[in-house]
Order: sequence, then C-alpha cells, then structure tokens
Amino acid sequence: MSQTSPATPAAMLSVRGVKTFYGNIMALKGVDVEVNRGEIVTLIGSNGAGKSTLMMTIFGQPRAREGQILYEGRDITRMPTHEIAQLKIAQSPEGRRIFPRMTVYENLQMGASVDGFAHFDEDLLKVFTLFPRLKERISQRGGTLSGGEQQMLAIGRALMSRPRLLMLDEPSLGLAPLIVRQIFDAIRELNRNEGLTVFLVEQNAFHALKLAHRGYVLVNGVVTLAGEGRELLERPEVRAAYLEGGRH
Amino acid sequence: MAAQIAEPAAGGTGAPARADSFGPALKDALIAGLVTLGLLGPLVGFHAVVKDEGMNGQAALGLDYRPGLVAIMVGIVFAGRLLLNLTVWSPNRVVATRSGPTVFDRIGTTLGPAIKPALLAFAVGFPFLAAFLMGGLNESRYLVDVGILILTYVMLGWGLNIVVGLAGLLDLGYVAFYAVGAYTYALLATSAPINDFFAGLLGATFWANWAFWICLPLAGVFAGLWGMILGFPVLRLRGDYLAIVTLAFGEIIRLVLINWVDFTGGGAGIASIPRATFFGIPFNASEDGFAARFGLDFNPMHRIVFLYFVILALALVTAFATVRLRKLPVGRAWEALREDEIACRSLGINTTNVKLSAFATGAMFGGFAGCFFAVRAGFVSPESFTFDISAMILAIVVLGGMGSQIGVAVAAAVMMGGMELLRNLGFLSNVFGPGFDPTQYRMLLFGLAMVAIMVWKPRGLVSTREPTIFLKERKAVSGDLVKEGHG
Repeated sequence: MSQTSPATPAAMLSVRGVKTFYGNIMALKGVDVEVNRGEIVTLIGSNGAGKSTLMMTIFGQPRAREGQILYEGRDITRMPTHEIAQLKIAQSPEGRRIFPRMTVYENLQMGASVDGFAHFDEDLLKVFTLFPRLKERISQRGGTLSGGEQQMLAIGRALMSRPRLLMLDEPSLGLAPLIVRQIFDAIRELNRNEGLTVFLVEQNAFHALKLAHRGYVLVNGVVTLAGEGRELLERPEVRAAYLEGGRH
Repeated sequence: MAAQIAEPAAGGTGAPARADSFGPALKDALIAGLVTLGLLGPLVGFHAVVKDEGMNGQAALGLDYRPGLVAIMVGIVFAGRLLLNLTVWSPNRVVATRSGPTVFDRIGTTLGPAIKPALLAFAVGFPFLAAFLMGGLNESRYLVDVGILILTYVMLGWGLNIVVGLAGLLDLGYVAFYAVGAYTYALLATSAPINDFFAGLLGATFWANWAFWICLPLAGVFAGLWGMILGFPVLRLRGDYLAIVTLAFGEIIRLVLINWVDFTGGGAGIASIPRATFFGIPFNASEDGFAARFGLDFNPMHRIVFLYFVILALALVTAFATVRLRKLPVGRAWEALREDEIACRSLGINTTNVKLSAFATGAMFGGFAGCFFAVRAGFVSPESFTFDISAMILAIVVLGGMGSQIGVAVAAAVMMGGMELLRNLGFLSNVFGPGFDPTQYRMLLFGLAMVAIMVWKPRGLVSTREPTIFLKERKAVSGDLVKEGHG
C-alpha cells in the first residue's frame, strides 16, 4: 500500500525509496513521501515506527543508505546537514533541542544564522506576534522555560531562518492539551497566512490529521497508508490503531 | 557520611530533639577521629630521618615519632566533624531551598560592573603598591614575580576558556600551544641566520632588541595553526574521547621537543634567549639602556615591572577579544555548539568551522602566553610543558566557572597565589611543633580546596552565564538550575 504517485512539478520535497540503517538494523525500509508547496503534510505512527528517523534522514543525520531525497528538484541525499539547512529547510527537532543556557533572545539569534540577520528585527516581531509568551520570556534562559514555551521557542527559532519548508518533530510531545491547541493553531496560521509548507511528524494522530492536508501512516519503517488528512481520520485501521481512546 | 544518613531522633522537634541528636553526632565524630588516627598514624606519625650513628661515623636512616602532631590533626578532624554534625549536617536543620542566584552569582552579575574596574585598577597599580608596601623596588621583586605568575595563568585560563568554557571542547593538551609559542620565540630569537640577516640590514643589535615584539604575533599565529592541526582529527570527537586525544597531543609535542635534538636542543632546552626590551630599548645599564634614556637610576627591577605590564596587557587583550567574540556570530556559535551540536547543524551552522575556529583562537592566546614565558624566563626546556600545566589551567577554568571571565581570573589568583602563600606559612610550626614544614602539605591543602569548591559550587565560582545581549533588564538565574546541554 505504499505511496507511488509520480513526482509532480509542485512537489517541494520528495523522499524516494529511502532506506536508513542503524548499524545492521534497517529503520526505514524504502519510504516514499512527498510534500507539495503550500501543504501541511503529516506523518503519523507509533513509537519506533521510524518517524524521527525519516525526519533526521532528510537532514542527513543519519544518511540514507539507499534512495533519494529531492528538494525543489535538487538531490540533497548526500549534502552536509548545515548546507541542507541553508536551503531554507528549517527543523524543530525531536526533544526541542533548544540551547538551555542561552537566553530566549540568543536562541532566536542562533536561528537567524542562516538568513544572515538581514531581516532579524522583522522576523523577531513575527515570532513574537505568533508566540507572545516568548516576548515575556526574552531574557530568560532556554532551560528555565516550561515545556510548552520551549516548544514555542524551538518553532520560533526555526522560523527565524525564513524557511520555505518547516519540519516539526512531535511538537505536541508532553504538552498540556491547551498548549497543543495553541501550537497547532500557530502552525495553521503560518500555513494560511504565509503559505509556509509544513511537514509534521506526530504521534497525536487526531490533531495532526485534522490539521494536515495530507497524511502518511508509517509502521515499522514502511508507509502503509497515505491520503487526505480528513479521509485518513475516518479510516477504520487508523482509528483502531491511533485514535480509539487517544482522542483528547 | 554517617551523619547524612543518620535518622533524626524519633518524634522530636526543637530542644529535646537537639539533645537526642548529640549522641549520634558525637559517635560519628569519634569514628571520624579514629579513621583519621588510623590513616595519619602511619602517614604523619612516622617520620623518616637521617640519624647519625656515631660509632662508625656513618649516617643511617632512622624513624622519628610525632604523636603530638597526629594528636593535633585528629583533634581538628574530631572537633570539626562534631561541629558540622551539630550545625550544617544536623538532621534537625531545615534546609533552605534556594531558587535564586547564589552569593557568588550575585557577585558575578550584580556587583560585576563595580568589581571589574576595581580589580583592573588593582592589577594596574599592583607593582607600585608592592614597591610601596615592601619599601623599595628591589624588595618588591618577589611580589611582582608572583603577580606575573598569576597573570600568566589568568591569561592561559582565559585562552583555554574559549575552547572549554565557550565551545565546550574538553582540551587536556592546552600546554602544547603554550610550548609552541615559547619555542617559536626561543628558536627564532636565537637563530643566527635571522640575526645575521637583520644585522646586515638594520644594525647589529636590531634582532636582539626587537625579536620579542616581532615574534609575539608569530607565536600566536603558529600556535593557532597547531590548534587547527589538532582540530582536524578530533572534529568528530566529544567529551572523554576528545579529552584523551588532546591529552596525547600535548604529550606528543613535548616528546618531539625532547627527541628532536637538532632542532630544539632536546632536554637541555634553549638558553640565553634575548630579554624583553622597552619597544627596542634594552633594559641594561648602558648609555642606550632604558634607565639612561628615561633619566632613571639603573635597576634590574625595571625589566620585571615592564614584564608585569606586558603580561597584564596580553591578558587584557585576551579578555577583551573574548568579550567581543562572544557578541559576534562566531562566538555565539561556539556557545551554541557547547549546548547542542546537532541543533547547531540543523540551524545551518558549519560545526567544522566553528570547532576549528575555537581551537585556533584558544591556541593563539596560549601561544602569546608561551612567547611571554620564554622571554621572561630566558630559557625554555620541555620540562616546563608537562601535563601538570594543562591540568592546572583546566582546573582554573573549571573552578572559576566555565565561560566566566571574572571567575577564571579569581580562580587563577586563588590557586596560584594560594600555592605561593602556603610556601610562607612558617608560623604554623608554632602550632604543630618544630619540624613541621607547611610546604609539604601544600598539594594536600590545594586538593582539599579543590574538592571543597566542587562540593559547594559544582559549576564553578561564578556559574551564571552572562547573556551577550539584553532587551530589558538582566535576570540572573543560577547556572545550577539549568540543565547542561546534550553531550
């Protein structure tokens, strides 16, 4: 049941038959995923399915052993991580990975490194409009923020590079439902108002599929289902595996 | 240990409980005293002495017993332990939870603006103060020498701080760059071909008078190059593994210096290195000397005081450069690298360049300090660049608080000054009896002080990291409350 639609000209990111290994263990067993310009695409799956591995493979850490990753028609499979980031793909990695001893302001500055600080003030204002909480916390150290604030900071830092593609790894992890709503609202807002393309990796299938235009289901390193977000939400196998009892 | 796990007296609060807790406290102190007796009995109690046998006039090794000294030391441990058990370690004591910055952090941040100029003024006025207090230039020689020693370690500490404190790369071979700087100056300044070349061009004494000022930047450049050479193979390493490789690098440099006899003079070292000059004017008693030119009476101390100001200036350059670099993208990238390397890369930062620049910059300042060392001592040999120096500099950085300039300076002053101070504790023999030599306990006390700092201030004297940029007011949050970055 793997997704095999041919690459359309609109495809911004296409992952084709990617296999990734940790030593001898194959974590991704030939994954095909496509993200079109202006879309929110979500990848759902349970623990250990390979969601984060796919995300990191796109960033070249670890590298795909087989297959190809194309970004705007360019092969980025073997590109160094920092050069991939310079192509305006931004990432809010798993576990947020903010800089704990640097202030909120400094964290955001680090995000602007790729863009060269030309639009720093403007982008800072945009991030603060999106997450007013960050402005209140501006001179506080990243490590002293609450989980939700850290997630906002991770997304805000990613946005400071003026990305064309934003990749988010489990932004809802360990957060209160209210904060999850805030963050997902922000993602929707960015997509609608700025036309930002978003690739969202999530375990929170209900929220993610409701938000996304399209979705993929990853099971044990293989994409087992693909389709429109709403459509996937109604599929009995998705409901059984990811939603029953998990709705909140 | 026993005091911490001792259970509080059952059902008691206030005065009765205090009485109950005295028994366990006394017992614990007695045990500590006995352990001390067992340990120090043989270690301190027996003292090997050379005894004259008289009969055949030959000296032989004999034993001397010092029960009094052991008793005093056991008494100190017993009383100290009892006191601590009844106060700080008392099970009844309500431990105050601390959420704000500690006293040292406050000193570092709130008093920082006032303390730094004060320390600077003290450092600038120190040689004059020393001469005034000791009643003459010549009498102040020892104090100024100690000042030079401390400032050298302040500078080395600040240099290593860039690598370890800011970029988070644990470097145990920093002495290698110190050596590269020292040998750069020693080899170039004593080189006959260079001397002849400049003698023909600019006069016979040109190279002897100007060698230091020309070699100083060169020493920094060479050391920086070696920093990059070390940086390349260790790009993928972090933490323990990086530490081991850098440790080996420090040893390799020293062994090469010992064994490449043709080039470095081997273990014998390089002697009669030209002395420092006042920008080309030598410090000697001649007509062209410093004293004659400036209408002073000749005094060898002029050179020492001048050296003091040279190392002070070099140290300040290091501090200033670090403060500036931290505010630039490269310095921020160093700190981000320390916090989280993977996050750095996914933000588009070339971690290879960031690491190499950190190694090179740190090494460069080590090279400057090495050049200064060579000109001050007038002699270099591989024995001056052992692992001890690396360990000492690293200890200064860690104890001072990684990344904190003022903390590192204070730690250097305390460690190096403290070591010197212990040399002068002769009066202690009044307490411990004649024959007690405080210098023998120097390293012991030094180690104790280090353990104490690590117990009470595990993140160093100043653990607050000062943000490089502020929007509104500063908010001090103790470093203890913030978890470390991912290794």
